[in-house]
Amino acid sequence: MSAVIKVDNISKLYRLGMVGNRTIVEDINRLIARIRGKENPYLKVGETNQRNIKGKSDYVWALKDINFEVEEGQRFGIIGKNGAGKSTLLKILSRVAGPTKGTVKLKGRVASLLEVGTGFHPELTGRDNVFLNGAILGMTQEEIKGKFDSIVDFSGVERYIDTPVKRYSSGMYVRLAFAVAAHLEPEILIVDEVLAVGDAEFQKKCLGKMHDVSEKEGRTVLFVSHNLQAIRNLCQKTVILNNGELFASGNTEQVLKEYNELSRDITIKADTEINNNINRRGKGRVRFTSIDLTDESGNRRYKFEIGEKIRVKITFEIFKEIEGLTFIFAILSGLSRECLTLIQYELSRNKMTPGQKGEVTVEIPDLKIKPGEYPLYFELTDLKYNNYAKDVIDDLTAPLEITEGKNNLYFEDNKPSGYFRTESNLLHKEIYDINQLSKV
Amino acid sequence: MSKTSQDEWTLEIKPVSGWFNFHLKDVWRYRDLLMMFVRRDFVAVYKQTILGPFWFFLQPILTTITFTVVFGNIARISTDGIPPLLFYMSGIVSWGYFSDCLTRTSSTFVSNANIFGKVYFPRLVSPLSNIISLLMKFGIQLFLFTCFLIYYLMNGSVNVNPNMYILMTPYLLILMAGLGLGFGIIVSSLTTKYRDFSFLVSFGVQLLMYATPVIYPLSALPEKYKWIVLANPMTAIIDTFRFAFLGAGTFDPGNLIYSTIFMIVTLSIGILIFNRVEKTFMDTV
Repeated sequence: MSAVIKVDNISKLYRLGMVGNRTIVEDINRLIARIRGKENPYLKVGETNQRNIKGKSDYVWALKDINFEVEEGQRFGIIGKNGAGKSTLLKILSRVAGPTKGTVKLKGRVASLLEVGTGFHPELTGRDNVFLNGAILGMTQEEIKGKFDSIVDFSGVERYIDTPVKRYSSGMYVRLAFAVAAHLEPEILIVDEVLAVGDAEFQKKCLGKMHDVSEKEGRTVLFVSHNLQAIRNLCQKTVILNNGELFASGNTEQVLKEYNELSRDITIKADTEINNNINRRGKGRVRFTSIDLTDESGNRRYKFEIGEKIRVKITFEIFKEIEGLTFIFAILSGLSRECLTLIQYELSRNKMTPGQKGEVTVEIPDLKIKPGEYPLYFELTDLKYNNYAKDVIDDLTAPLEITEGKNNLYFEDNKPSGYFRTESNLLHKEIYDINQLSKV
Repeated sequence: MSKTSQDEWTLEIKPVSGWFNFHLKDVWRYRDLLMMFVRRDFVAVYKQTILGPFWFFLQPILTTITFTVVFGNIARISTDGIPPLLFYMSGIVSWGYFSDCLTRTSSTFVSNANIFGKVYFPRLVSPLSNIISLLMKFGIQLFLFTCFLIYYLMNGSVNVNPNMYILMTPYLLILMAGLGLGFGIIVSSLTTKYRDFSFLVSFGVQLLMYATPVIYPLSALPEKYKWIVLANPMTAIIDTFRFAFLGAGTFDPGNLIYSTIFMIVTLSIGILIFNRVEKTFMDTV
């Protein structure tokens, strides 16, 4: 086994905010520094990249001193939260953006799929686009011709192959695009979260294909995903990026454990970014101020045995008037992100006013669910579920981890999964007004 | 763990360095992509239009008619004794190729940011494909122009003398393509950082047309301004083109050599800057 990718001290500096009139001054400063044989003056002011903390400098290290090696034929996973630097790293590996410092050495042809269907032209037919996209990804005409039938077969859109792709459904579009990519024959395949759009069947097919490509043909696969289950099934080695730095690397199982530790560190505060953050959506009228899972005796944890009592404890604050308050808590499926079970409590039917705070604890006495990891979804909203009143948190907390326990249940692997009802009790509810408290 | 030695690596990604590290070999390796882009441009442009490729004809004809009316009949600018229709059309067709090349390639980075940001291929493929697909458009328009020319010749009685210099057309095309590409990629490289240049191009090309003998013959120019027009590298090209097909105007090898040198210098500078920018543009565009 020899290394086919060697990442050596890779760093990437980005400037935040506008690229405006100041740049020309900076350009000149940089030029002067270079003429005098000095280092780029703007390299020194870089800060680590933490998106939710306000920094002093406009410059951020999107990546800082990243080192790792990938061996031939390995399936290698990269995980990290939003903004951790995953995409930047992939961009550097696929030669789309250059690093600020450091080198990457590669052996063999590289094909990168940072997006499926790059260069698809909406007006052209599926057939034309297969050729166009294939050429963009580095295949020759001859190669594509030879594999055309197999591509169409894999995509399953044969009937529409002579229709312009602008008439395709987004799923069909992705299927065709991934089919082209799956028939590339590079020594190194770089794949970024492309499976998000297809249906479950197709996602499975894609993961299977990536597995085959490495197992049977000895190619190296680099795979970035938020889907930990997919990473676990596919990759042998994994690295975690956090704030642009390498947080952990090693065997997938081990690394995923550390990743959960990392996620557990997150406390949701009232000032956690609301905009520009796909994990938290809402207009800020009401906000979660903390979310905790605890056991019966109040210890925070995310790992429970089947059937163990789980308590969900939240605190919140009202920032703008809303009509009533509802709390929704859902357990999602790790792979498809469908809602498996949902618990909902009306906390108040009265008008909620700014300054009101509250604390709620819900207990799930007996959760009957297969061992595994389950992302959680939390939402606060008004009585009518108006969008403007919402605060939604998903993926920001660690997933719920269920392990086998004493009272084991019998699960068949092929049993259909779906929505089920869960018993729950509202243990504790308290809503108070800080303005009135201070008056007393 | 790794026993590989330094020289076995096929690719090394480093911070931007070196001005002269061209990927011309890569461009050749991606020639299939070049042809696919050309095909895409050609097929997709007039999709969902009724007239389709007829727009290729309609465009120069309508412009020619407008010029004939405005500059020929109203302003009464001399056409060196050539039928105005032929005179203007020859100018429009040849100037059109240059200006299309320039405007199209000048937006290379900005309009392709989407693709460039996702996958690597030699970026030069993109402007080169523009040049080639525009060549087809030029071919169609040249054919149209030739039809008109033959029509006039059949009718006789006009002072039009196509001559052997027609064989120079490919060379003139190379000059125009080179100049258009050169200027275009310089602008496109600068536009990644400062968008001001894209505004400059859109009206700059129009203004430049008036500094080129498109709507007037070189002979109609006052001596005082002649040097400005002659300094324009496009002048000799348009003039030679017209001389070859219509037998009017002048053929001055000196001017043509000037244009050639100008083209080589511009194109070299263009490729140099383009090559430099293509490595960093994702962060500035």
